Amino acid sequence: MSEPVIVAENLTRRFGDFTAVDAISLEVSGGEIFGFLGANGAGKTTAMRIFCGLLEPSSGRASVAGFDAMTEPEKIKNEIGYMSQKFSLYSKLTVKENIRFFAGVYGLSRKQAKEKTSEIVDQLGLANTADALVTDLPLGWKQRISFAVATVHEPKVVFLDEPTGGVDPIVRRQFWDMIYEAAERGITVFVTTHYMDEAEYCDRISIMVDGAIAAMGKPADLCKQYAVPTIEDVFISLARKATRHGD
Amino acid sequence: MATETPGKTHSVGGLTMFLAFVSKEAKHVLRDRRSLFILLGLPIVMMTLFGFALSNEVKNTNFVVLDQVPDAETIALTDRLAESRYFTFVGRVESEDEITKFFRRGDARLAVVFPSNFDHDLHHVHHAQVLLLADDSDPNTAKTVTNYATAIIGQHQVEMANGQHRQGGIRVQTRMLYNPQLKSSYMFVPGVMTLLVMLLGAMMTSVSIVREKERGTMEILLVSPMHPLLLILGKAVPYMLLSLIDVVIILLLSYGVLDLPWGANIPLLMAESLLFILTTLALGLVISNGVEQQQTAMFISLVGLLMPALVFSGFMFPIENMPMPLQVLGNVVPTRWFYEIASKIMIKHVGFASVVKPTLILAGMTILFMLVAWRTFRQRL
Amino acid sequence: MAGEGQAVVVDGICKSYGGDVQALQNVSFEVKPGELFGLIGPDGAGKTTLLRILTTLLLADSGSASVHGLDVRREFSAIRGIVGYMPGKFSLYQDLSVEENLNFFATVFGTTVKANYHLVEDIYRQLEPFKTRLAGNLSGGMKQKLALCCALIHAPTVLFLDEPTTGVDPVSRKDFWGMLGRLRDSGIAIVVSTPYMDEAARCERIALIQKGQIIAMDSLAGILASNQTETYAVRGEGLLGVLKALRAYPETRYCYAFGQEHHLVLKGDADPKGAESFLRAQGHQDVSFRRIEPTIEDVFIALMQDQADV
Repeated sequence: MSEPVIVAENLTRRFGDFTAVDAISLEVSGGEIFGFLGANGAGKTTAMRIFCGLLEPSSGRASVAGFDAMTEPEKIKNEIGYMSQKFSLYSKLTVKENIRFFAGVYGLSRKQAKEKTSEIVDQLGLANTADALVTDLPLGWKQRISFAVATVHEPKVVFLDEPTGGVDPIVRRQFWDMIYEAAERGITVFVTTHYMDEAEYCDRISIMVDGAIAAMGKPADLCKQYAVPTIEDVFISLARKATRHGD
Repeated sequence: MATETPGKTHSVGGLTMFLAFVSKEAKHVLRDRRSLFILLGLPIVMMTLFGFALSNEVKNTNFVVLDQVPDAETIALTDRLAESRYFTFVGRVESEDEITKFFRRGDARLAVVFPSNFDHDLHHVHHAQVLLLADDSDPNTAKTVTNYATAIIGQHQVEMANGQHRQGGIRVQTRMLYNPQLKSSYMFVPGVMTLLVMLLGAMMTSVSIVREKERGTMEILLVSPMHPLLLILGKAVPYMLLSLIDVVIILLLSYGVLDLPWGANIPLLMAESLLFILTTLALGLVISNGVEQQQTAMFISLVGLLMPALVFSGFMFPIENMPMPLQVLGNVVPTRWFYEIASKIMIKHVGFASVVKPTLILAGMTILFMLVAWRTFRQRL
Repeated sequence: MAGEGQAVVVDGICKSYGGDVQALQNVSFEVKPGELFGLIGPDGAGKTTLLRILTTLLLADSGSASVHGLDVRREFSAIRGIVGYMPGKFSLYQDLSVEENLNFFATVFGTTVKANYHLVEDIYRQLEPFKTRLAGNLSGGMKQKLALCCALIHAPTVLFLDEPTTGVDPVSRKDFWGMLGRLRDSGIAIVVSTPYMDEAARCERIALIQKGQIIAMDSLAGILASNQTETYAVRGEGLLGVLKALRAYPETRYCYAFGQEHHLVLKGDADPKGAESFLRAQGHQDVSFRRIEPTIEDVFIALMQDQADV
């Protein structure tokens, strides 16, 4: 196993007297696909924002790509990519324009951006639609382009916040093929999802309940440990114990 | 199997539905600080700003006097001007060159020149002349300043006429009509009222309807058994009430703070305002039928309605000075007609007979917009 | 009239937007009272369009549809009184409280919460502690429950739900399907759309919908039984390598990742032993092959591949 890329030690974040993230500890290694599960309001988003350098921890420690989330959040931002279904691409720019824009944002030179753009267009088989507006593309294509954009600068980690959903089974698998390939290149993938069958694609998962990590391990091992057939069953038996409500 | 009777649960009548709708709209407005500020704060802010800006404009204007042979009459007139809150006497000058110096330095904007035979002419020919020289570098202010001075001189003359000079006197060519107390601030009151009612009525109505489209609640409302007419009315009535509240706020401020002279026919004004509010609501409905996004609705209301309202109401720019094609174009803008009605009632204190024509035109437009709103309202998506 | 006694009858519905986008092509199905019917397909398959036609919000270009014998085109206002509808993205008033939302929707649907409280009691009891909270501050699962209450409060006899489980966590989803099951048992016909194949098991009957066409319709068991494509689950170290190798095998028809294994379908009656030795020759020693019963996702993929091959 390579060096851990994401580390949390007793990571805690409070908002007033509400503890959103309650002393979580985890380690994710390079090239690992890590599924970060939890019910609505369990604290996933807060933890993910800390890892992305957008929020300071209240106590405990978090580091991403070797940089501390408290003291070096700006350095973290150079090493990560982020994708969410809520925000991904500019719908009124073409595919090419989007890729070039984000390449620029992530600090690629003009020449690199150009090379990377044609590389992605080839890889995704978008030659005929590279100049089409993103708004006219099917959802599955948008998701794959978003992922390509989030990894355009070959980050150490890519955070995927509920990245898929609403696409047909083949398109969904094409998306996961891309994730596998990124992991193969050494990119760590940190993904949240509400869909438990997707959890089974991950190398390891954690399940958050009321701000704390209630279970963590390989999907198959967790099923064995809880003596249930699917991750969904594990999730439901844990999340039922939650006392928190709402976001 | 028999089909269940539709309507078995209709224990609630149209009026209850309608009232529920109105109270829901009221909650939207009360819970959204931004729209509440727009609705209640905007009239206050606009009235205050315009009130200060316009009344300060000609307050304490410095003036000098060139009086070759001072006598009782010229001194009395000079004092009269100096006493007024609009003018401040800064000194006597000996020549026209000196006046120019004052003007150049910006130390005075008006000079009053009495000819040497003023007193003689006034008492023997019953016909004296005064020359008002104004700094014309700012033509609007110069015009206002000379008008004020002329009016003050006129007033002085009227008061003198009660005394010894029954006939003749100083000839006043410009009179200040409809605004005897010489407060320029009054003309903006109907203007602000016109603009605000237009903005709030059309924009708030269209935005609130389009918000339901964006949120998806419109889908449920359409699928509900509530009649579309109730839906439209339910949207229109709360904003009609709010617009009326704004009209009342503006009137309270006008009479309570800005000392607008009494004498306007208030019930007539309220009735005309109600008509105009209906016009703007109908326009808001027309807009909302055509657009799907709140931003678009807001943009159309601002650019498509407020801009023409500003340009063609006659409140900012006099319509008479516009080229003919623009004047014709201005006639189709509803705000132009309401401004005419409101300013006549509020400033000239006229009765209904004098505003029949603009009222009929406005009513015609309202009916037209309502028909368009009704025809373009879609009961499906 | 055909379909007498059916809650929903859809016959040959076609709908296109702006000429070239064919949203629905000749869609037909029937839903009985007390049946839970699932429209399952990805985004853009035409599910929302279909539900909007049935709730009288859109007109079809051709074909006919009726709800409780009432024609969606001619008798739309009668239909509007008897259906419950939950559009996508939980259409609630975010700035009204839980209670105020429910009261409002009860009133515009011509009833009161008091009169029909028994219909929603089961669900609303969970929302009761938060009844003064603004709907905008509820979690996804709570919004979903409130939206369902609002759609049920006027005692509809048919319920149309457009992707009610999208963006909601597994616990809330499970609860939600439990509620739908109880409503179905009380005799309400329910038509629910979802992009999630695993929810098929919750429905009496499902229609798989793709690109505006129904590609299969039956009970879940029926659909699985009639699509017995020989499918193998393949496991091995280095999932991506195994996947690539399987796709490179000449006798492979298609192969997709399914969690920690791959599902492989071979051409014609090719022997999986051949694929296994091919993998070993490629250096993947520790692979295991296992014949499996296709899942609903396998079937969907198979049907899509069949269409693509035609």
